[in-house]
Amino acid sequence: MLDLVAFIPRAVQQGIPLLFGSTGETITEKSGNLNLGIPGVMYVGAISGVIGAFFYEQGAGADNMNAFLAILIPLMCSLLGSLLMGLLYCFLTVTLRSNQNVTGLAMTTFGIGFGNFFGGSLIKLAGADVPSISLSATSAYFSHTLPGASSTGWFGKIFLSYGFLAYAAIIISLIAAYVLRHTRTGLHLRAVGENPATADAAGINVTRYKYVSTCLGCMIAGLGGLYYVMDYACGVWSNDAFGDRGWLAIALVIFTIWKPDLGIFSSILFGGLYILYLYLPSGMDHAEYKELYKMIPYVVTLVVLVITSMRNKRENQPPKSLGTNYFREER
Amino acid sequence: MSFHVSKRSDITTSKAWIIRIIAIVAALVVCGIVTTICTGDNPISIFTTIFQGAFGSQRKTFITLQYVAILLIISLALTPAFKMQFWNIGGEGQVLMGGLASAACMITLADKVPNAVVIILMIISSILAGAIWGLIPALFKALWNTNETLSTLMMNYIATQLVAYFVIVWEVPKGSGKIGIINQDSNVGWLINVAGNKYLLSIIVAVVITIGMFIYLKYTKHGYEISVVGESQNTARYVGINVEKVIIRTMILSGAICGIAGLLLVGGVNHTITTTISDGQGFTGVMVSWLAKFNPITMIFTSLLIIFMDRGASEISTAFELNQSFADILTGIILFFIIGCEFFIRYQISFVKANGKEEA
Repeated sequence: MLDLVAFIPRAVQQGIPLLFGSTGETITEKSGNLNLGIPGVMYVGAISGVIGAFFYEQGAGADNMNAFLAILIPLMCSLLGSLLMGLLYCFLTVTLRSNQNVTGLAMTTFGIGFGNFFGGSLIKLAGADVPSISLSATSAYFSHTLPGASSTGWFGKIFLSYGFLAYAAIIISLIAAYVLRHTRTGLHLRAVGENPATADAAGINVTRYKYVSTCLGCMIAGLGGLYYVMDYACGVWSNDAFGDRGWLAIALVIFTIWKPDLGIFSSILFGGLYILYLYLPSGMDHAEYKELYKMIPYVVTLVVLVITSMRNKRENQPPKSLGTNYFREER
Repeated sequence: MSFHVSKRSDITTSKAWIIRIIAIVAALVVCGIVTTICTGDNPISIFTTIFQGAFGSQRKTFITLQYVAILLIISLALTPAFKMQFWNIGGEGQVLMGGLASAACMITLADKVPNAVVIILMIISSILAGAIWGLIPALFKALWNTNETLSTLMMNYIATQLVAYFVIVWEVPKGSGKIGIINQDSNVGWLINVAGNKYLLSIIVAVVITIGMFIYLKYTKHGYEISVVGESQNTARYVGINVEKVIIRTMILSGAICGIAGLLLVGGVNHTITTTISDGQGFTGVMVSWLAKFNPITMIFTSLLIIFMDRGASEISTAFELNQSFADILTGIILFFIIGCEFFIRYQISFVKANGKEEA
């Protein structure tokens, strides 16, 4: 029998990077930009935070680190790194009107390469005298749990045992859901994504909305990478460890039919599916079944994708201009 | 003074190429600067190293050409789908399935049937496996208009896990988690070495597929239907083209050619199968194809450029003990420049003086 008290926290920890990624991508897609560069952005967000933390730990020494700076520096580096990626994507697709799919894939190639390169070469480039990147001091600040996590039994384990970024992810997605649904800014953003020409005629600055939402989306997604490396992986960077979570985050956007608040539950569900193979019985001499269990999240995504397209409900459709660029003089 | 962007009505091919070459040169300069910062070496010797890495010896040249051939085949496979605006980013999975089918024949049929039969079955099964992996998302698209970008992406991971499963089923020795070289002693199922050169087969297949695809897209009725569907599905329906049929047919072709790439990788090049055998080329192929504007002949050059930088950059990483991913960064930079330069081909910027008079 599945031990839920042990299983749920692990599922949540797996789900939080996906939640960051899918919230970011939802905001981006609402403006009509299909950013397939999110996997790359999440790598860049992670490695930028690692670089910041690495230099701070090297500079200050693990013993006399300031808790505030230890969190602020990686956070700022991570946000800056993913912001730059977002600006690059916007410059190419919004200003230069390049194909969004190709730009996104190029960003993914670049971002994953960037992450793995600096992850593998940072020590050599910085000339530091350590065997591997292990930011346990910084990680300790990031994964600091809420008070009462260990004293309140199962309640604490399920609800209080996460680092602050996990709660930030949930708050951000709730805010995003509120802004998209109930504010004028959200209405304008949705208008831009549905029909930029009409939005433009109504006096909405299409370019600005696309830039701001895409960059904001990238910054949020980048935090997912930061959470993964600082909290989940305990500050240890290993190349390609982040894997294909970025792609799963993009798939989650469809799974959640473009609703960030739904993303909270779906990402935790996906996180659970992602690690389910560890809990399913496979017997002693059938290790190969585990590989089949690892297929589950992808099969589920595919099935959901097909079912949503079969039902074809109007309110569950992607933003109408998704994937296309807007040029005012081309109608 | 302000500027004004307008769409070019037309641009001469030579002018378009001048813009592209300027972009590539600019990209190489930026790559040089980045490499100089990371390694501290001077830019000229960096480019010498890159060139050495790609074409330094006859063997290196052949390996480079073989990489180009595989990437070219995958890009060509994706092209008809892109041309009809079907974003097949599932090349990775289709290649893997083709490779898996070949490996299955090699492993299960060795010593049971003659070598020639094994090879024929490998060819048939890998083409079929790739085609089926292309057909599934095409069916979803044709029946329910399912977003193909994401369905093909998911198919990639399903294929990866299938391969991972069979790798453990067939692992040699038990518990090692990998298959190793298949039929090392008997060489059953190893594709032939043309003229005693083990790199030549992929190159020949690539040339044949390039020419075939060029003719298919440009001079056949199928190719014409693909272009019409890509331009506008409504127009296609209006002139009586069965859009669903075109989508399904094209994706079967796309997947089948990816299957051939898998066959070459497993039967001709590596003689083993791993989950990373296609090494992201299903994604790189998307960019190769798009950069070449879906023209099979131009694709030879774009794939050569990408592989050249890739091989060269890995030479740099080895020489300076840097991480192999350095190649991805350089590839990314080049791609950004080429993607960006398309703007200047499609649009012209005219500067408007304060008195309202336009200058070109």
